[in-house]
Amino acid sequence: MDNDNAQLSPEALRRIDREVAKYPADQKQSAVMAALVIAQDEKGWLPKETIAAVAEYLGMAPMAAYEVASFYNMYDLHPVGKYKITVCTNLPCALSGGVHAAEYVKTKLGIDFNETTADGKFTLKEGECMGACGDAPVMLVNNKRMCSFMLPEQIDNLLAECK
Amino acid sequence: MALIDTINPLLTTGWTKGDAGWGIKDYEARGGYKQLRRVLESRMTQDDLIAEVKTSVLRGRGGAGFPTGLKWSFMPKAAPLKYVVCNTDEGEPGTFKDRDLMRFDPHAVIEGMIIAGYAVGAKAGYNYIHGEIFEVYQRFEEALDQARAAGYLGNNILGSEFSFDLFAHHGWGAYICGEETGLLESIEGKKGQPRYKPPFPANFGLYGKPTTINNTETFAAIPFILGMGGEAYLNLGKPNNGGTKLFSVSGHVNRPGNFEVPMGTPFSKLLEMAGGMRGGRKLKAVIPGGSSAPVLPADVIMDCTMDYDSIAKAGSMLGSGAVIVMDETVCMVKALERLSYFYYEESCGQCTPCREGSGWLYRVVHRIEHGEGRPEDLDLLNRVTDNMMGKTICALADAAAFPVRSFIKHFKSEFEYHIENKKCLVDPETQRMGSGFFKAGAA
Amino acid sequence: MVEIEIDGKTLQVEDGSTVIEAAHKLGTYIPHFCYHKKLSIAANCRMCLVQVEKAPKPMPACATIVTNGMKVFTHSELAVKAQKAVMEFLLINHPLDCPICDQGGECQLQDLAVGYGDSASKYEEEKRVVPDKDLGPLVSTDMTRCINCTRCIRFTAEIAGFMELGQSYRGERAEVMPFIGKTVDTELSGNIIDLCPVGALTSKPFRFSARTWELSRRKSVSPHDALGSNLIVQTKHDKVMRVLPLENEAVNECWISDKERFSYQGLNSADRLTKPMVKQGGEWKEVDWNVALDYAAHALRDVARNHGGAAIGGLLSPHATLEEMFLAQKLLRSLGSENIDLRLRHSDFSADGKRAGIPSLGMKIADISALDRVLVVGSFLRKDHPLIAQRLRQSAKKAAQVSILHSANDELLINLTARAIAPPSHLPALLAQVAKAVCAAKGAAVPSDIASLSITADAQAIADSLVSGSNSAVLLGNFAQQHPQAAMLHALGRLIATTLGGRLGFLGEAANSVGGYVARAVPGNGGLNAAAMLKDPRQAYVVLGAEADLDTADGAQALAALAKAAVTVVLTPFRTPAMLDYAAVLLPTAPFTETSGTFVNTEGRVQSFYAAAKPLGEARPGWKVLRVLGNLLEQAGFDQDSSEDVRNEALGGKREFVAGMSNGIEAVALSFADGADKLERVADVPIYFADPLVRRSPALQQAADSAVPAARMNAATLAKSGLAAGDAVKVGAGGTVITLRAGLDNGLPDNVVRVAAAHADTIGLGAMFATLTVEKA
Ligand SMILES: Cc1cc2nc3c(=O)[nH]c(=O)nc-3n(C[C@H](O)[C@H](O)[C@H](O)COP(=O)(O)O)c2cc1C
Ligand code: SF4
Ligand code: FES
Repeated sequence: MDNDNAQLSPEALRRIDREVAKYPADQKQSAVMAALVIAQDEKGWLPKETIAAVAEYLGMAPMAAYEVASFYNMYDLHPVGKYKITVCTNLPCALSGGVHAAEYVKTKLGIDFNETTADGKFTLKEGECMGACGDAPVMLVNNKRMCSFMLPEQIDNLLAECK
Repeated sequence: MALIDTINPLLTTGWTKGDAGWGIKDYEARGGYKQLRRVLESRMTQDDLIAEVKTSVLRGRGGAGFPTGLKWSFMPKAAPLKYVVCNTDEGEPGTFKDRDLMRFDPHAVIEGMIIAGYAVGAKAGYNYIHGEIFEVYQRFEEALDQARAAGYLGNNILGSEFSFDLFAHHGWGAYICGEETGLLESIEGKKGQPRYKPPFPANFGLYGKPTTINNTETFAAIPFILGMGGEAYLNLGKPNNGGTKLFSVSGHVNRPGNFEVPMGTPFSKLLEMAGGMRGGRKLKAVIPGGSSAPVLPADVIMDCTMDYDSIAKAGSMLGSGAVIVMDETVCMVKALERLSYFYYEESCGQCTPCREGSGWLYRVVHRIEHGEGRPEDLDLLNRVTDNMMGKTICALADAAAFPVRSFIKHFKSEFEYHIENKKCLVDPETQRMGSGFFKAGAA
Repeated sequence: MVEIEIDGKTLQVEDGSTVIEAAHKLGTYIPHFCYHKKLSIAANCRMCLVQVEKAPKPMPACATIVTNGMKVFTHSELAVKAQKAVMEFLLINHPLDCPICDQGGECQLQDLAVGYGDSASKYEEEKRVVPDKDLGPLVSTDMTRCINCTRCIRFTAEIAGFMELGQSYRGERAEVMPFIGKTVDTELSGNIIDLCPVGALTSKPFRFSARTWELSRRKSVSPHDALGSNLIVQTKHDKVMRVLPLENEAVNECWISDKERFSYQGLNSADRLTKPMVKQGGEWKEVDWNVALDYAAHALRDVARNHGGAAIGGLLSPHATLEEMFLAQKLLRSLGSENIDLRLRHSDFSADGKRAGIPSLGMKIADISALDRVLVVGSFLRKDHPLIAQRLRQSAKKAAQVSILHSANDELLINLTARAIAPPSHLPALLAQVAKAVCAAKGAAVPSDIASLSITADAQAIADSLVSGSNSAVLLGNFAQQHPQAAMLHALGRLIATTLGGRLGFLGEAANSVGGYVARAVPGNGGLNAAAMLKDPRQAYVVLGAEADLDTADGAQALAALAKAAVTVVLTPFRTPAMLDYAAVLLPTAPFTETSGTFVNTEGRVQSFYAAAKPLGEARPGWKVLRVLGNLLEQAGFDQDSSEDVRNEALGGKREFVAGMSNGIEAVALSFADGADKLERVADVPIYFADPLVRRSPALQQAADSAVPAARMNAATLAKSGLAAGDAVKVGAGGTVITLRAGLDNGLPDNVVRVAAAHADTIGLGAMFATLTVEKA
């Protein structure tokens, strides 16, 4: 990973600026979570150079940004597939098939949790409660799209839809 | 899915149109922002406003059930800079009410927060939104834009002296940020590691300034309380348990979902509203207040009404109102294993007893579940939980301990069976079919 | 004040105290790991749980604030049960590898486990293994032993000023680490070794070299910067194995800089001179002491007889002890020479004869922390005075405002209020602008020679800050003291300080800069100063503890002068190729660990110490060598029995602080350079090259601060010279040219080239302050 690739696009910086504006002027660091999300959206994951670039942009120590990037589990510190599917297997979901849904995806994709398919398309993650237990089984695609009631047929459709 | 069923809808009145009714026009048509207008136009005093909330005996909906009016009254009057913060980090397993509140009626939360800001003298607020619900975060940002455009946010709101702005802060996957000081750290751009208290947020909160933090549902209730009056709101529920409450019912019921019912509604009624037990199977156990609340066996919960006091008397907590229903297809060891894994995974890691103890608990339960349990393990688990409880910065260590203790207490023989026979009491195929995954819509 | 009771004993403590502080006052020990009095409260280890009356749960003593009437029980059943519970949790994932751990014998976990642990843990699951980290040449890691107390993290962020370490991930996977690929590089980083309560962070140079209980300990005093940090020197078989801080709140608090911690490695370098040597017929011979001393005495006497005492020059290192300097000047004066100086890196001596007393800090070191407005003038503060910088860093976090006026804008990790950066020749004018603005703001008369200056915004900002306070100081750094217009800077600093009703202070250059004046190691009537006696070569030189090429203002000139001399007698712990070139006699003297002696720190505090080890080989304490030389020259006054005798003679009795300090100065003519478009050199003395001992510490020589010197310029100056960072560049001064790499440093003003001094690669360039030429190589 060279330094040039770590740089964020003007569009990303513009979006970060919008987040910074939410907080008091002397509290730029408050925007670090959002800035890392924006960076991750742009890079697909968070290489250390990108984390350092975000830290520099917000005037904080790189280690402080790394603490954040490694604490919250939706940041990807390693490359992931084009589609990162996170399945909630926590108890309320499990009671309505969360674990089985995960097993089903594993079999279909031939990978286990924290693995990526050989074609780089899918990464599978085990998730904790997403606050949608009434819709179990639930899955999250690329951190932002929540899929509800994921029974076999819905899973088949989802995977087919991911091109 | 919007609303399944309700008795006496307040917070859920706006949910009927589902995704089509969240906008500001719909909200205003339902009488939204009327209370804010009344407060500002009548120049209601902060004390009167807080008194009204105190009268309603609205207890915090985030889990601890702390009286909201009292909490607001702790805010120092003189401080020049104060904040209100909304806790929409709903991550307590089983809880999914705040997500729906934010989807179907975000303006109620916004109005509640503005009024709270007025009551405690804050000029700005933040709503911390759970990482996994991006669509909700987006919608809330849109709702904020609408409110700003309509003059409900910003300088001199509705021509009054009162200025207040509100922003959304999006989490990114950490249960501990539901703990109020972990949440504040997170807004400050740090790891969500809870702070030692005291000082409490009312004195040292966001950026070190006095801060009031409430749950989403707590804020959403405020306009309704002002609309009907504190007294009337209180009377909807039971003494010391004012108003209605949203319950998120999940697990082995026919119609999982959110239900708004008055405090004190019998559990059996709630179960009935949720369509009864899935496949007509037998109720085995219920966790009545989110995964951190002690589990109650069927016979105990069936005698409870859904309010703070009744559930506490039965030995558990109403918590966030997440009702996790388990039928006879559940292996209690396996259920506990998953919960213990959750606390192990989510411990923030700063306190020794929690960092080390949560992993220890999980590993021992995992061993038992996998047929490697030892007779002395149950005592060991109780001892480890003993050593964790009450010794940490926040309540997560206790939350990790409660399930372990209550599962062992109420289902000891099932654990013993597991240890002795190296397998589940409930046969695997029964467990497999219990989830309903393999034959969709099992009836 | 509130009254509380701890284990039945009542005491009064200040409002806002914590239970652990109160217990400390009583001498009651409460077990703890994360708590440290100088760091913020984390309350994460939970080891300090105690029982508080009426509290249902045990409370952490480190974070619980006392309230009136509070009753605390540190040994009750509830408290002990909680403490034991925590200890068990701490040990379940600990490797319990004490027999091979460097912390063995001084491990808080080991100590407390004895008192609070149960021998057999019930933990039978797999233990956690944490990968080790590369923290650089100074600190070694065994992260599996880490108990996540976060002391090291808080130290880097709060005391050293930059969060080099953090705790990544969460829960059981939480790991203390630097940012990926980074090391710990601040000048204070070694303190994390002391702070680590277990064996997770240990000294890399010390690693596996001794068990702590085999070590003998001696108190000592740092021979490096002017703070005079108090040290504990630990030896095994007369070899220094380790140096640790000795707590002295008034001086170094509980810290030391890495220079002080790791320079001991140089003590036993291969360069150590272990036998006296004389040059005969161009050949160096190791000889007996009496031969060498005889030779030296005769040679010096001959020069004095034949050419007069003024033909002899004495160059004394400001790192030498008070006793050594005192006897050296006495010896030189007895030979009729007044050419004596310890200010080897200075270039302006025009204040001589105008000073009201011995220049010093002008206040107590601890007073620095109480200042509310500070202007630092001409200082590489963080590297020259790491712990004074630390004090200012802490002040600036509270209400104090700190500003700097200098020729470089290095990251000080201090929250600065204002800064004015200009080429060296512009510093007097810049400081004069501040003075003018301060006078104006205070309604004081503006001296005529600065009245016509126009005030830049930066200077005004500094003045605004200064006048807004009530307890201010102007501190002159090494660079200001070495500056060619040092006297002007002194006078202007004085003007500002007096106008403000504040103080003027010199941040002493070296361990004994103040002591040198007390010992009269400065030229007397008609004597030549350090620069003059090198510019105008002498027949003979006595060099004490200095390496003339690296420790002077113009190494090239010094080498040339010494080479021309008929006799150069060098008293030194180390031999260098250059010395073999210019000297006639090399007398092996003992470094600070092998002699008794005294350093007078920058506040004038007299700090004596004893030898911690026997001298290596035939090296001897410098004061003894000089005393014998005095005897051989048949001079009176060289009959002291001990270094204490020498010290008492030098100080005029036993004292805690020296007498005669004053930073007053008579009028100095002011004239200001106008911005001629020339390239000026800015020479810093890199922290790990600043004296002969530290130059020889292999670990410090691998540190980031020991990088090969480059010719650094800001982007505009680089561009103007047609250079890019990384290019080879010919740097010239006064006819000599050396080749360096060009480097980018945007903290520098325009028309400045920063080339470090005190480094073999740059001696050829000559004077520290000079006009340079640069040209792409
Ligand atoms: C581990 C932990 C997790 C929590 N999670 C949440 C949460 O997701 N949402 C919430 O509102 N409160 C949560 N809380 C409770 C909050 O700390 C706080 O009490 C609450 O937000 C206050 O609001 P209320 O008074 O309106 O209930 C949590 C507490 C703990 C200890
Ligand atoms: S109890 Fe656990 S989650 Fe809470 S602060 Fe301590 S380590 Fe973090
Ligand atoms: S010393 Fe108090 S919690 Fe660590």
